[in-house]
Amino acid sequence: MPLTVELVSAERKVWTGEAGFVVARTLDGELGILPGHVPTLGVLAEGFTVRVSGGDAGEGIEAAVHGGFLSVSDDYVAILAEVAELSNEIDVGRARAALDRANASNDEETPGNGSAAARARARLAAAGQQV
Amino acid sequence: MGAQLRVYRRRIRSVRATAKITRAMELIAASRIVKAQQRVAASTPYAQAITRAVSAVASSSDLEHPLLTKKETATRAAVLLITSDRGLAGAYSSNVLREGESISAHLRETGHEVRPYLVGRKGIGYYRFRQREIAGEWSGFSESPSYVNAKEVADTLIEAFNTPTEDGGVDEIHVVYTQFVSMLTQSPVIQRILPLEVEETTEAPEGGAFPSYEFEPSAEGVLDALLPRYVEARVYNAMLQGAASELAARRRACKSATDNAEELIKTYTRLANAARQAEITQEISEIVGGADALAASGSE
Repeated sequence: MPLTVELVSAERKVWTGEAGFVVARTLDGELGILPGHVPTLGVLAEGFTVRVSGGDAGEGIEAAVHGGFLSVSDDYVAILAEVAELSNEIDVGRARAALDRANASNDEETPGNGSAAARARARLAAAGQQV
Repeated sequence: MGAQLRVYRRRIRSVRATAKITRAMELIAASRIVKAQQRVAASTPYAQAITRAVSAVASSSDLEHPLLTKKETATRAAVLLITSDRGLAGAYSSNVLREGESISAHLRETGHEVRPYLVGRKGIGYYRFRQREIAGEWSGFSESPSYVNAKEVADTLIEAFNTPTEDGGVDEIHVVYTQFVSMLTQSPVIQRILPLEVEETTEAPEGGAFPSYEFEPSAEGVLDALLPRYVEARVYNAMLQGAASELAARRRACKSATDNAEELIKTYTRLANAARQAEITQEISEIVGGADALAASGSE
């Protein structure tokens, strides 16, 4: 029995469908979800992507998720995020510019560790770019 | 041209100009409502999912979380009012302000100090004119609020809530906004958003009771991160409902303004016609009277 996956951002439903496998990164580390997973509520780490594959997702879709949660119960996976962008919606040029800007402004304290930089890195990673 | 006729004509011109403006505003509002309604609908899945998650955590653990527990001695309350930036929307803003007055009065009676937080230029103007203290104000996005706007407002409220009461923090947060019921009905509502009123497990969700969840990293950690998002989602929803209601109220107000203007134009056109007829009649009778007088003086 496949997983029902819903990827919702605050402003819209980003993607929904059936899938075989979901990989996300919570604060505790990487979490892979297959059908039959125990009910879980997790806080997603900033600056990483969520990957859904199998079923309707086919080869796999990748999304950059900011400020997100993951809830699993009865093979229903809900990924909630303030902002979620699918890989094909991401403007690589803008994301790279945002990363450069974040790096430049963060140089003095924590180079490349600000949340703006993490977001930009997540977007680039989702778009399949090297960071 | 007679003075009377000129006055009527001038009046008709001015009313017609007003009617053009209200007609345009009516059409603009009508076309934007659909989009506003779609945005309300689009934000619903997130709001539902986050409510489900919060209910699940709150009911599956016996946590004592500051955002969940009601303080015994609440002395200060924040009231968030969602009003419009622009007028010509009928009683939209004044309804919210009136509800705001009534909840503020109620809170004061029960021994709270009320701190107003205002969204929308109309509400800010109302409070400024009365020289009341404003705890926070935001404006410029009442017709199409984005999540970023809602986050800004919610963050301020959460920060005020997390501040100890002695240092000027608040113990309760209420929001007054206008619920979009239908195109014809929008009703102002008051809701308490903090401390949360999470429905306990008395009513199980579809498919049985809440399963016992595993939390990553921990129940406290999840709740800490989840509750601010929940408040943001609630504020965002209130703003979107408000935006849709504002547009519906404006459409209706401008429609009745246009109808009234057309009615006025009709009335004044009748009066102007009567004045013109009276003028012509008077001129004829003057000519006839003059001719008669000339004829009478010639025959003598």
